[in-house]
Amino acid sequence: MGTGIGARVARKEDARLLSGQARFVGDLKFPRLLEAAYVRSPLAHGRLKSVTVPAKYKDRVFTASDLTDVLPIRPESSLPGYKASEHYPLAKDKVRFVGECIAICVAPTRAEAEDIADQVVVDIDPLPPLVNAADAKSKDAPLVHDDWDDNLFLTTTFDGDMAFAEKNATVVIEREYNTARQCMNPMEGKGTLSHWDEKAGQLVVYTSTQVPHLIRTGVAQYLQMDQGQVRVIAPDVGGGFGYKCVLQPEELSVSWVARKLRRPVRWVEDRREHLVAGANTRQHHYKIKAYADDRGKLLGLDAEITVDVGAYSVWPFTACLEAAQAGGNLPGPYALEGYRCKTYSVATNKPGFTPYRGVARPGVCFAMELTIDAIARAVGREPADVRRENLVPGSAMPYTNVTGKFYDSGDYQHSISEATKAIGLEAFRKRQKEARAQGRFLGLGFGTFTEQSAHGTKVFASWGLPLVPGYEQAMVKLTPSGSVEVRSGNHSFGQGLETTIGQVASEWLTVDISKINVVMGDTGMTPYSTGAYASRGMVMAGGAVSKAAEELAARIRVHAAHLLQCDAEDVTLKGGKAWRGAASVDFADIARAWYLRPDQLDEDVDTAGLEVTQGYKPDIDTGVFTYATHAAIVEVDAETGKVSFEDYYVFEDCGRRVNPMILEGQTYGGAAQGIGTALFEEVLYDPSGQPLTSTLADYILPGPAELPHFRLGHSETPSPYTRHGIKGVGEGAAIAPGGAVLNAINDALEPLGVEINELPATPHKILSAIIDADHQKEVAG
Amino acid sequence: MKPVGFQFAQPETLAEATRMLRDPGEDTKIMAGGQSLGPMLNLRLARPEKIISIAGLSELRVVDEGADFIEFGAALRHAEFEDGSLPEPIDGMMRHVARGIAYRPVRNRGTIGGSLCHADPAADWITALTALGATVRIVSAKGDTRDVDMTRFMHGAYRTEVNSDEIVTSVIVPRYSPSAVWGYYKTCRKVGEFADAIAAWVADPVKRYSRVVFGATAGAPIISVPLSQQIATTGEVPGKDVIKTELERLAPGLDRVKQHLLAVALQRCTKQALNHD
Repeated sequence: MGTGIGARVARKEDARLLSGQARFVGDLKFPRLLEAAYVRSPLAHGRLKSVTVPAKYKDRVFTASDLTDVLPIRPESSLPGYKASEHYPLAKDKVRFVGECIAICVAPTRAEAEDIADQVVVDIDPLPPLVNAADAKSKDAPLVHDDWDDNLFLTTTFDGDMAFAEKNATVVIEREYNTARQCMNPMEGKGTLSHWDEKAGQLVVYTSTQVPHLIRTGVAQYLQMDQGQVRVIAPDVGGGFGYKCVLQPEELSVSWVARKLRRPVRWVEDRREHLVAGANTRQHHYKIKAYADDRGKLLGLDAEITVDVGAYSVWPFTACLEAAQAGGNLPGPYALEGYRCKTYSVATNKPGFTPYRGVARPGVCFAMELTIDAIARAVGREPADVRRENLVPGSAMPYTNVTGKFYDSGDYQHSISEATKAIGLEAFRKRQKEARAQGRFLGLGFGTFTEQSAHGTKVFASWGLPLVPGYEQAMVKLTPSGSVEVRSGNHSFGQGLETTIGQVASEWLTVDISKINVVMGDTGMTPYSTGAYASRGMVMAGGAVSKAAEELAARIRVHAAHLLQCDAEDVTLKGGKAWRGAASVDFADIARAWYLRPDQLDEDVDTAGLEVTQGYKPDIDTGVFTYATHAAIVEVDAETGKVSFEDYYVFEDCGRRVNPMILEGQTYGGAAQGIGTALFEEVLYDPSGQPLTSTLADYILPGPAELPHFRLGHSETPSPYTRHGIKGVGEGAAIAPGGAVLNAINDALEPLGVEINELPATPHKILSAIIDADHQKEVAG
Repeated sequence: MKPVGFQFAQPETLAEATRMLRDPGEDTKIMAGGQSLGPMLNLRLARPEKIISIAGLSELRVVDEGADFIEFGAALRHAEFEDGSLPEPIDGMMRHVARGIAYRPVRNRGTIGGSLCHADPAADWITALTALGATVRIVSAKGDTRDVDMTRFMHGAYRTEVNSDEIVTSVIVPRYSPSAVWGYYKTCRKVGEFADAIAAWVADPVKRYSRVVFGATAGAPIISVPLSQQIATTGEVPGKDVIKTELERLAPGLDRVKQHLLAVALQRCTKQALNHD
């Protein structure tokens, strides 16, 4: 194994990240650099009458009336009925959420830029704000986009056959569920620095992004430039989670000013900007009617899903990815036959919806898992058993589900069995009973899900997106000194990809990872990749590196065969050397011959050389499915509404594990974010659309003291359809905690007659429900 | 999020600091650790022309131990109370309270006087020192000194008795007998966040003292005389309904969840205190 696939290699990037040597956008130094601050909309909805800039700042402040050659961001979709929105990087005519950019102000320091921004006067005629999707959906609602006839980006309908379910169900469960609007809160917010490189004739954009090549395409498109005139460099990036997988309006306005002034300009998002203008994800509403038999076997599901999309569609993923994913993924790992689902993507006066780690699935998993538990309670069975019986059995794999998802491999039931064993279900039920007798409320909850990862061309095309990922490319080369260089247009921003794709190269080339240099994130130095999102990095970039490294290994053998005086088939690679029997030649000698001593080569040498670029996509476009079961044991303090964890176990299968240690880190991090979704995080608005959670004192993120000690278990079911059997796993752990934790809370509070169907389960909500239940008992009694 | 420009003064003596407050035309703000003022400046919610930092003044960092009281300099930091390097007027209470304030980096810089003057209703010292019957010593630009009882110190949320030409120099806490008991309980969303509800109870049979205080309300801490007497007399944790009825009288119209949490906090803090024996 060495440092190849499966090795617990320490992350290459950590030395610089942990010692303060990493270079983020905020660390870059340029002569004559200007810092930018934005004048942002103070109102949720209104007509922008005028923007008045003090005369002395005319060359320091720019508005929509200056950016006349910039096109509005207008993501198109081929889905029938989709309405496109136009998002001007600086608002023109109308503002549609608090925090929308109106003017960009530049000065030598950020403080001075903010001073200038303070002196810009905006005149806005207020319009009635649409603060929630239900209001925005109503018939007489004011319009977010004046040229639309309602506030719906898109409505979709999946009309399956429900006749059998409706006829045969003995149990019908009806529920409404809500998930809160959230901010993704990467440690490093957005940040972008652009300058005009006279020599290259290029606009160079350093930006904190997951998708440098896409941003290059987007910047060129909307600034109306040739792509050859744009180079995008993603330096070290401090977390993305989806927040940085779309084109940001700030990337356009900063670039425009840099091009105009021929000076470097930088903007770094601060936390308040993030919590206000970045409040753009997770908010769903579900209406569910579930049909089951008297053992809890799910016969059918009738669902209505409303996504509070906010004002604008994001490029390139549009306003509709979320609802498309939600409608398609709601049945999740369950083998149900009847399914009907209507989705609404509703425009409101909030920041435009952006896909966040898990994309829709934290919502659907929450809705589905609570429904399964509600069914279990209704039929009086253990939720784990009901869950197991409803899961797609391993013997049915590969399995095409009711929405046409192709589950490639795995044994979902095994994950619930393992989780049940590890969490100690039977012993827990005993303890729970004893605790109840003492007035303590313990609860156990499960959350099972599938995570579609690395879905490809056809899937994205079916979502109607303007850009569709295809063949991921990577370049692998032997350097003149015999070390290896890997270049990928994907990016590593915390997931450890810099290490794991190096491990894939190490696997083929037998070179220790310390001698493998990985270059990522710079469009000037790497082949095109649509970037890191949809848990695709490891499968796609890993697969491309694997293919290129395999080809490079073959070429090395050919070159070595000449030096070893044998046939290439007789050459094997081991320990960074090429061997024929006991004789060997170092990669350094092979590289030297090609690059520096071509006189040693045959006349008929393969002139393709020792630098290989390959494109790759999996054998199927439908994605490969990781799956997991989370099990949580909580104690609810029924007097304060506070939830504490006694245990939390995750059993996961993501195919072949490239680096188990990095996978564990991904799981801890994702689950921690999921706990935030379950118990803490919530963007609140007042009736006029003003955000009430604009600091971290109001928007609560979980800290170490609030998190359980996560215990992990794994199985490995390699995907038959990807290189090395790898599946994506980056998003997974963030999906289940909402469902698992709320099921545990509801299990704990069952004796009090309390059921919470809303995220996050804050102490205030739990306590209110307990007080209400108490009150009802009093009234009844 | 950068502050508006301001002048920054770091006087070397208290006299120099008070002198700086003499010019009434200048919009001046005292900084005593800056753990609340700092964010307010960055958010541009506070825009003073001048900031006078007093956290380093040695005169404000002394402890004076009298027979019946301990006088704590206003610039003593939460961490110094937490670490047990300061004397206790009642066994372990101030250390316990300090340990629960925000996070260690905040406690390393934040001061007891700064916290009192900021007067966030959900902050800890405001409630704890009211329960302890403390007095705040204030000097003015003219050099006058006055002592203000904690029960009169806080006027409302972020409003106190301290005038713009005055500085809090110390907090004087009475000493309690070895038979005194205390309880302090708060609920918050997560470790280090401001509290949703606080209750404190301090009682000393020798001094015939008993005081129940509710904190994290909308304004100044609330003292309940009847509950103080009831708990001291019965030596028992009061029932939730009794506390809620009293809260209804003291703070009518309180959100029902807040009222409930305050009642629970008082029950838990009295339980804690009574188990001390």
